[in-house]
Amino acid sequence: MCLWAFVVPPTTMSTVIKPYSRFAGLEPLVVRPETNFVNIGERTNVTGSKKFARLIRENKYEEALSVARQQVENGAQIIDVNMDDALLDGVHAMTTFLNLLQSEPDIAKIPVMIDSSKFEIIEAGLKCVQGKCIVNSISLKEGEAKFIEHAQICRMFGAAVVVMAFDEAGQADTKQRKVDICHRAYKILTQQVGFDPQDIIFDPNIFAVATGLEEHNNYGVDFIEATKEIKQLMPLVKISGGVSNLSFSFRGNDHVREAMHSVFLFYAIKAGMDMGIVNAGQLVVYDEIEPQLRHLCEDVILNRNNDNNEATEKLIAFAETVKAKGKAEVKDEAWRHASVEERLKHALVNGITDYIEADTEEARQKYPRPLDVIEGPLMAGMNVVGDLFGSGKMFLPQVVKSARVMKKSVAVLTPFIEQEKAERQSTEAAGAAKILLATVKGDVHDIGKNIVGVVLGCNGYEIKDLGVMVPADKILDEAEKFGADIIGLSGLITPSLDEMVHVAHEMKRRGMKQPLLIGGATTSRMHTAVKIAPQYDNGVVYVLDASRSVTVAGSLLNKESKTGFLDNIQTEYKKLKEDFENKRPVKEYLSYADAQQNKTNIDWSSYASVAPSFTGTRQFDQYDLGEIRKYIDWQPFFIAWELHGKFPAILSDEVVGAEATKLYNDANALLDKIVTEKWLNARAAVGYWPAKSNGKDSVSVTVKNQSIQLEFLRQQIKKAEGQPNTSLADFISPAADHIGAFSVTIQGIDKYIKEFEAAHDDYSKIMLQALADRLAEAFAELLHERTRKEFWGYAKDEQLSNEDLIREKYQGIRPAPGYPACPDHTEKYKLFSLLGGEEATGIHLTESLAMYPASSVCGWYFAHPQSKYFGVGKIEKDQLEDYASRKGMSIEEATKWLRPVLD
Amino acid sequence: MSDIRKELEQRILVIDGAMGTMIQRHKLTEADYRGERFKDWPSDLKGNNDLLCLTQPDIIKGIHKQYLEAGADIIETNTFNAQRVSMADYHMEAIAYEINVAAAKIAKTAITEFKAAHPGSSSKYVAGAIGPMNKTLSLSPDVNNPGFRGLLFDEAMNAYYEQVKGLVEGGADLLLIETIFDTLNAKAAIFAIKKYFHDTGKPELPVSISGTITDASGRTLSGQTLEAFYISVMHANPLSVGLNCALGAREMRPHIEELSQMAGCFVSAYPNAGLPNAMGEYDEHPEDTGHYLEEWAKEGFVNIVGGCCGTTPDHIRHIAEHVKGIKPRKLPEVEVQLS
Repeated sequence: MCLWAFVVPPTTMSTVIKPYSRFAGLEPLVVRPETNFVNIGERTNVTGSKKFARLIRENKYEEALSVARQQVENGAQIIDVNMDDALLDGVHAMTTFLNLLQSEPDIAKIPVMIDSSKFEIIEAGLKCVQGKCIVNSISLKEGEAKFIEHAQICRMFGAAVVVMAFDEAGQADTKQRKVDICHRAYKILTQQVGFDPQDIIFDPNIFAVATGLEEHNNYGVDFIEATKEIKQLMPLVKISGGVSNLSFSFRGNDHVREAMHSVFLFYAIKAGMDMGIVNAGQLVVYDEIEPQLRHLCEDVILNRNNDNNEATEKLIAFAETVKAKGKAEVKDEAWRHASVEERLKHALVNGITDYIEADTEEARQKYPRPLDVIEGPLMAGMNVVGDLFGSGKMFLPQVVKSARVMKKSVAVLTPFIEQEKAERQSTEAAGAAKILLATVKGDVHDIGKNIVGVVLGCNGYEIKDLGVMVPADKILDEAEKFGADIIGLSGLITPSLDEMVHVAHEMKRRGMKQPLLIGGATTSRMHTAVKIAPQYDNGVVYVLDASRSVTVAGSLLNKESKTGFLDNIQTEYKKLKEDFENKRPVKEYLSYADAQQNKTNIDWSSYASVAPSFTGTRQFDQYDLGEIRKYIDWQPFFIAWELHGKFPAILSDEVVGAEATKLYNDANALLDKIVTEKWLNARAAVGYWPAKSNGKDSVSVTVKNQSIQLEFLRQQIKKAEGQPNTSLADFISPAADHIGAFSVTIQGIDKYIKEFEAAHDDYSKIMLQALADRLAEAFAELLHERTRKEFWGYAKDEQLSNEDLIREKYQGIRPAPGYPACPDHTEKYKLFSLLGGEEATGIHLTESLAMYPASSVCGWYFAHPQSKYFGVGKIEKDQLEDYASRKGMSIEEATKWLRPVLD
Repeated sequence: MSDIRKELEQRILVIDGAMGTMIQRHKLTEADYRGERFKDWPSDLKGNNDLLCLTQPDIIKGIHKQYLEAGADIIETNTFNAQRVSMADYHMEAIAYEINVAAAKIAKTAITEFKAAHPGSSSKYVAGAIGPMNKTLSLSPDVNNPGFRGLLFDEAMNAYYEQVKGLVEGGADLLLIETIFDTLNAKAAIFAIKKYFHDTGKPELPVSISGTITDASGRTLSGQTLEAFYISVMHANPLSVGLNCALGAREMRPHIEELSQMAGCFVSAYPNAGLPNAMGEYDEHPEDTGHYLEEWAKEGFVNIVGGCCGTTPDHIRHIAEHVKGIKPRKLPEVEVQLS
């Protein structure tokens, strides 16, 4: 038969709207026949989660939001919110929480299930959510009239409903009652209230089995069979249920409970269960349940071989044995008995280096060629790591540890591979795709880039990392030599953005073909779209963090997906660019003269500047690291590792807590070593001088009868009435005042970094870099405190905890040139010259004015109580011209340095 | 008057253009806005365009008639802000209801007079315009307090209820919830409409719904994607769903195409006259708007077309001429069982 006979011209086909269940948050959720089981997040429930209940009771709604966020991150597709607690005002709690939740797009994107046994709480919830919600639940418990009234209200809000199999006579337990009640409710809802069948979800009640009472033994079967029959009778409705009830009699034995849930779902989903309230993170894979336990669970749930509670007794007996085992912790080393492939996989997934060398050697002898070990068991293990990371089941620190195991194993094999190569005189056709990474010229920061390198390495790519401060020509020469398939650029300070534009431009000029990835703290999707992408035609992609780099690299290197992927990105960036250009005229700016008129209102007549205890500078060398350590702010440390959450709450976080604690302990162990063995040298310089402002944006500093003029920038955007257009110069008196400056640096990490690199230990390398950064910041905090209380002494009586210090509750500020309040990096020249230059500070400035060593901090000190941090924001041409003339720069040069604040 | 559903199956209907742009042409003064009745009102009234239904009814009727002459099939009442939440800006909460009744009557009269002058012309309809309000239910007006709300659902619902009552009693043929920035405001309006017809037992008027995609992100101001927005208002069982405002036809096209694929009801589109230029003015030529909408009609995307900000009777005339004779989008087949 001719195939063409089946082809229908598209114009004659009319659109068809299928009767799928549709829900919505900010984004739609459509349940199609091919949709897998829909997970409903259960932790935002005060009756089910102690932590959530405590946070709500203590009014810590912001923190409670993080519970919701984790649900989404763990793959919840609907979020169930329940505030039924006798001690809570449920209406208030539901309203407050849902209003807050609406302002978090990453949570509000999924639909909300409003869960309460009190209809007034449900109504309150429905009044807060713009999307299409699901009400959980209504029932015939109080008779038809109430049921219809509640259903009508839900319908007026456009919500779908969960209907419990519950009627005037009570909860349905047998299959027949479940089916009958659901069918009765169905007829009322569709015929009298006007519900579409696909907006009805039945919960036919999951009850506890294996309770010891024989009449409970068939509850699992009743649910599963009722589900099957309801779906036959009413095919468009959905079936849901709270799974954890099932295993209630095994409380405290999660091993058995998880197995029971998994077995139950296996059969219930087959029967037609569509969604359920489950803790997806805690579900074991059906296939991976040990056969004996699986069998016992099946007997109990399906009520087989269960006369006189026989199956129940067996499962209880089994549960006792796992409990005992769990206590003795005997299973820890059990993996050592598995095959060498399994052992390698286990070591990779769990980041264990203890046996890796011996295991690798064993595998090498088993396989014909050393390369087979890499391509076989090692890659298989890393694929598992990649999958787990991709699905959010592993976190970055774990992945970096896995990479350490991989590198150690490869190091064992490398000499043999080299030897074989030499013997064969044949170059191995390298299979892995190659990615070249570099931090651009003028920039010295590379923690993020190192993490990206490790993560990509874990995913089977060959990585060449050119390190920091790499000029464009070198990047591109090396890329050609290396045969790179992708080039990745990183940068942290704002001048690096221009350098990236330059690299992209050069790639086009050279006619290069490989896609360019852009990442690093200062980069953004918008900047990439507006400035970098237009420079190069063969693909420029912004990568938010290490975890995204894997999917991006994967899409780019797959011939089939590459074009489509790049087309999509290009369209997206074009839109962003147009959007950006269209939006520009919207903001209103004052003329520079008017902005200067509207400066911060400070009454200088009643202010007397406190004279510092000394003027001029003072240096510190070998500062006590143990003292500095006390000032560490840990939150940015966890962010560097892509673990998001507040410190110290993150240590007890439900999802990342265990990993965060491990990381924190590792960090402190390394810090102990750094401090006691004096690995690093903390150096600093501070200085204080008489100064006065010119009433505009210049501040003249008097140093030994000489005057140095500092130049600042002023906010120019039109402010609301009464709000000033701020400049840092506003915080210095035009009469007689003082200003300070400081720099700190942590020297000496290079030697240890080299050692770690030689030991293939990226984990310790990144850890050390991250800690050096933290120490530099902590040192800056410490010096600022000593400045306030002692050196300058304008706040001698200050009493603040470390937490208050982190929250910057003190008087005065320490803004750094190149950051939002004074975005011009070139003022660093003056700052360092005031402090005595490279010799006094131990810091070298690159041509982009990045500080080397990378773990360095500098800034100005302002003491006035009204001084505060702010961002200058965009400035206009009139200020640019004035600034250039004040700085003695050409307009072009000033434009180059101020580009981030210009349009 | 024939059933609008039947009409929509036969041809593309044209909805009118901007009211504000036309009022501006009259260069009205504070005294014109006040009229005799509000001459001593304590607050400024200039800019309260909806009030003109009471103080300058002839001007409003004249604008309606210009749009009818240009070829509009549906004219919108001058009630975009006529509910008590928005009227509070002028301390005129108490006359919100009255404005709605008057506005619907003026539009009705305009149609009667037009028909008398043009015997045999096609059916014309009054759409009771229900705007988005000047406050949103999903967004906090205070950036430091994201959980705060400047408006409560019940306040919005009650204000809309009163507006609906006025529009229905004044004789509107359908209700149009338009320029939806925040879907929760629209849901309050839908709730009010359902409640009004439930309370009074009157036959329900058709409801049209028109959302606003604010920028290239393809989302509403309150952050919903187009499909999520559509799913969230489906319970209104609308006559039509569509988009208006914020974008010109060029920018709106992909969204209208997407909507036409998913909507089980009729689809409407009334874009702005392009994007505002540097002076904040809309300067797309009527012929251009007409061309854009003609292409949509030919593609089978739309059932109702017209104009929003910056469009004039001239734009509507061109649109009407361009879509004349083009077959309307066919309603999709809505299945009731899974095949």
